[in-house]
Amino acid sequence: MARRQSTGKRIAVTALAWVVGLLIFFPILWTFLTSFKSELDAFAYPPKFLFFHWTLENYVEVQDRSNYLLFAYNSIVLSIGANVVGLFIAVPAAWSMAFAPTVVPERSLTRKLYAMMLAAIAAAAILLWLVGEARWDWRVYGSVVAVATLPVIYWIMTRRTTDVLMWMLSTKMMPGVGVLVPIFLWFRDLHLLDARFGIGLMLLLMNLPILIWMLYTYFKEIPVDILEAARMDGASLMNEILHVLTPMAVPGIASTMLLAIILSWNEAFWTLNLTTHDAAPLTAFIASYSAPEGLFWAKLSAASTLAIAPILILGWFSQKQLVRGLTFGAVK
Amino acid sequence: MGSIELKGVRKAFGTVSVINGVDLKIEDGEFAVFVGPSGCGKSTLLRLIAGLEDLTSGAVLINGQDVTAVGPAKRGLAMVFQSYALYPHMSVRGNIGFALKMAGEKPGEVERKVGKAAATLNLTDYLDRKPRQLSGGQRQRVAIGRAIVREPKAFLFDEPLSNLDAALRVQMRVEIGELHNALKTTMIYVTHDQVEAMTMANKIVVLDKGSVMQVGSPLELYNKPNGLFVASFIGSPTMNLIRGEPAAKRGAATIGIRPEHADVSTTAGEWRAAVRVAEHLGSDTFLHAESETVGPLTIRLAGEAPIAPGDTIFVTPRQAHLHRFDQDGRRIA
Repeated sequence: MARRQSTGKRIAVTALAWVVGLLIFFPILWTFLTSFKSELDAFAYPPKFLFFHWTLENYVEVQDRSNYLLFAYNSIVLSIGANVVGLFIAVPAAWSMAFAPTVVPERSLTRKLYAMMLAAIAAAAILLWLVGEARWDWRVYGSVVAVATLPVIYWIMTRRTTDVLMWMLSTKMMPGVGVLVPIFLWFRDLHLLDARFGIGLMLLLMNLPILIWMLYTYFKEIPVDILEAARMDGASLMNEILHVLTPMAVPGIASTMLLAIILSWNEAFWTLNLTTHDAAPLTAFIASYSAPEGLFWAKLSAASTLAIAPILILGWFSQKQLVRGLTFGAVK
Repeated sequence: MGSIELKGVRKAFGTVSVINGVDLKIEDGEFAVFVGPSGCGKSTLLRLIAGLEDLTSGAVLINGQDVTAVGPAKRGLAMVFQSYALYPHMSVRGNIGFALKMAGEKPGEVERKVGKAAATLNLTDYLDRKPRQLSGGQRQRVAIGRAIVREPKAFLFDEPLSNLDAALRVQMRVEIGELHNALKTTMIYVTHDQVEAMTMANKIVVLDKGSVMQVGSPLELYNKPNGLFVASFIGSPTMNLIRGEPAAKRGAATIGIRPEHADVSTTAGEWRAAVRVAEHLGSDTFLHAESETVGPLTIRLAGEAPIAPGDTIFVTPRQAHLHRFDQDGRRIA
């Protein structure tokens, strides 16, 4: 039986919910309102809430000064493109983990893994020292680390699926700034700086763990029976994934994609560091309004509103899917 | 042609051995039923034949050809799953036609064959519905239709009637039997329900803990069980098993008498027993009695018998139907 709440309690809870909701929404609301103020009004103290002279001059100037459409185009292309490519990688990966997991009864994987990595690093270092003339710069360090990951890759390919999943998740735990310099230098040398392909690749790699994890949890909900029936019906692996798995997992794939697109749209670390003008998305657009002369609140608000408007609208129309995706697994 | 042979089939999941060396031959056109208690390996054996699991050792042959290394898609078998496993996003038409689409048949051919299968199973009116709009029995028929349309070498049924209610189960049992008579294709049927086994099979394979206990026709297993396990498994209610002096008297460690093969009298008989529970079904009467000499007894009487709990009865087993088992549980001829 549903628990009955007294009317008074319900009113109080509803009021509290509204207050909290408005509090959380307030910064966005304020930004939106400020974008219609003149710069002077934007700085006014006490702050003016609704009663000021509404103007569109900020939007005009923002569009004059910088090419909003190019930034918007980059954001769209990068967010959607990187994640669509990611989907083509993540779906088979998640399939493999959900329906054909490698279960090897192996204990103490981590210890062996660390031992192998250290051995590989030591071997690489010794080799370089023996060869002599080693310039201990980023290339050498990078190569040593790359060699050290080889045993990791070998182990991952032959060990438990749960370990692979954990390892993927762990790559998201490291702060990106830790590898900013090596990645920047690599991108520079590979001519990937300020290129949509470069930053797109970065976004793809960042989102892959999330895509695979979420798709994995969705795929686990699909009864294996149905896939086996498809096999008995003569479907090859490709056909099984294409004609049976994907249509059944469409809600899951949709929520995963939405989340990934939103995350990519808002990604403001690598997009700022690896792009300048050609491939710069809307995050760089907003950042460019933090001028050395000071912050132009009104124009900044206009730029911000323009930057978040598309994704906010997308999120509004797909909120049911988003909620489903984010609370997935909480209730069986 | 659809003969299936298993040679020395073994299956282990890690260190746990689930199938321990099974040798079996199922002839073309037979209706073979794998029956046994939960966990005996009957579903695993079916999946090994289907190709959905790999063997640890041994061989599976279809029409004399070794298909052990062949994938499920190419073995030419069709399977009906316990949960029906219909494609929820496709209509009935799509479900039945999927296999044909995978085989690359022309749309006209697919339409024709789907129509034929649907007509056989009375599904023509439901062709455009989705599985969630169908009842259990209809879904079952779609699953069967999906299998029929492929014209396979053999049908594999994995406890297909478990999810249906009793009345529907009886009806579907008859329909599957009629299907077998019409198509004359080999069918392998897995069930834990020995009534289904007895009524549908022409060959029953009784399994326990991954090994074949006995293979034979239903009546063979009923009349000549080769051991205590098969004797207790086949027949409902279970055979009465008696140890001790009454068994030794007849030259055996255990004797068995089925509930329907004992005569009951209120005046005289071999074993005296007090009735604890009397079940009146109208068509039969089941008496559950306790005897000091032979222990608990279950007797089946045809029709209505005016016997109540607390009454004393005298039970005499019919000599011709008495089964004798030695101390290893094996049948003494």
